[in-house]
Amino acid sequence: MDELRRVARAAQLVAAKDLRIERRTKVATAQMLPFALLVLLLFAFALDPDRGVLAEATAGLFWTTVLFTAVLAIQRSFAVELSNGVLDSLRLSGLSVPGIFLGKVAALFVQLAVLEVVLGLGVAVLYDAQLGGWALLVVVALAATTGICAAGAAYGLLAARLRQGSALLPLLLLPLLAPVLIAATRGSDVALGRETGGGWSWAALLGVFAVAYLGLGAALYGPLMDET
Amino acid sequence: MTHHDPPEATQPPTVAMRDVVVLLGRFPALAGFDLEVARGEVVLLSGPNGAGKTTVLRTCAGLAAPVSGEASVLGLDLHTQRSAVRRRVGMVGHASGLYEELSVLENMDFFAGACGASGTEARAALERLGVATRLGDVPVGALSSGQKRRVSFAAMLVRRPELWLLDEPHSGLDQAGRDLVDGLLSEAAGAGATVLFASHELDRAEGVSHRSVVVTAGMAGESGG
Repeated sequence: MDELRRVARAAQLVAAKDLRIERRTKVATAQMLPFALLVLLLFAFALDPDRGVLAEATAGLFWTTVLFTAVLAIQRSFAVELSNGVLDSLRLSGLSVPGIFLGKVAALFVQLAVLEVVLGLGVAVLYDAQLGGWALLVVVALAATTGICAAGAAYGLLAARLRQGSALLPLLLLPLLAPVLIAATRGSDVALGRETGGGWSWAALLGVFAVAYLGLGAALYGPLMDET
Repeated sequence: MTHHDPPEATQPPTVAMRDVVVLLGRFPALAGFDLEVARGEVVLLSGPNGAGKTTVLRTCAGLAAPVSGEASVLGLDLHTQRSAVRRRVGMVGHASGLYEELSVLENMDFFAGACGASGTEARAALERLGVATRLGDVPVGALSSGQKRRVSFAAMLVRRPELWLLDEPHSGLDQAGRDLVDGLLSEAAGAGATVLFASHELDRAEGVSHRSVVVTAGMAGESGG
């Protein structure tokens, strides 16, 4: 019970710290939102001659945009930890290592959730998307975002410690998240009324991915934080 | 050279290293390094640039892993118990170790909260380091290097470490700051903490240490005391 409290305390401190830094600097926000909206707009331009294709591909385009934008948020999240010897301070801080991981995940989750709301509005306007099942869409979004953030927090730290890490992050992360992209797209398609049936199965699969990435990340974060 | 008298060694050493090898990449930063530091001792590491002083400090902090040799800090094995070591030591290195985007107080509250200390203790540590109250809301990135150094010390002090590891502790500080650091080192030893620090300012550093160890090419050389 004490260990759980330590983990929760560390997660709360790290998440609050990360969100405070982002609120203060707005670096990720200034990069992420314009980038994501621009990608949505470019997809709309590219597929506009056939609005049927655009409507068919709405969910896939939405989640692809979220994935690409998540890479920016993850890189920013770890750039903060690697400057001025802060990672050493964090390692010496006495904070629970799984708690540090969960705090990073939570802060990324909040940023991506805000992004998804804005992107959702963009999709509704640009792609003329009609919403069918709210509950399913929310559950799919929560589970997919958790999976993206958990894998991102683990791989973000790994990539940040490698030479050429910022270039490597998308190459390492995006293949790992391909199953999340597929499941989130299929689940969202059902929620948007593009497909019938099976939506909750895709949501459950996303839940499994999220739990697996959270578990693996929490277990591996200590070795990842240590110097090799 | 005017070293202080060392405390009597009646307890197991705080730092015990024998034939320790630490690699930086494939380069042996420490090659067969030996060091023993008793509880309450203030020990100066001196030596040329690149000799391995910083690696000694990082190894003692549990931040760098020895690949061979016997190494323990506070009775904990540096091969297998580095995370436990990290919870009990404090380090002020070359870099500030602070979040430049956050204010002085936000940094202090974060690091105090991390070790279970209160906001009051964090503010007391800042006061002890002579950091003016008006600087509390200033982002660390806007501070001078000397002011950052003081805040880094305060962030270490609030953790009440049993072993202080300091890399060039006087660097970047004005005369008052240097005197303050000297006072802190003496107080730490008086309170039972152990201090291991690296410095190139030998006249000043030897005045506040019990003995010195010369590090040359990753090996410990002759000791003065």
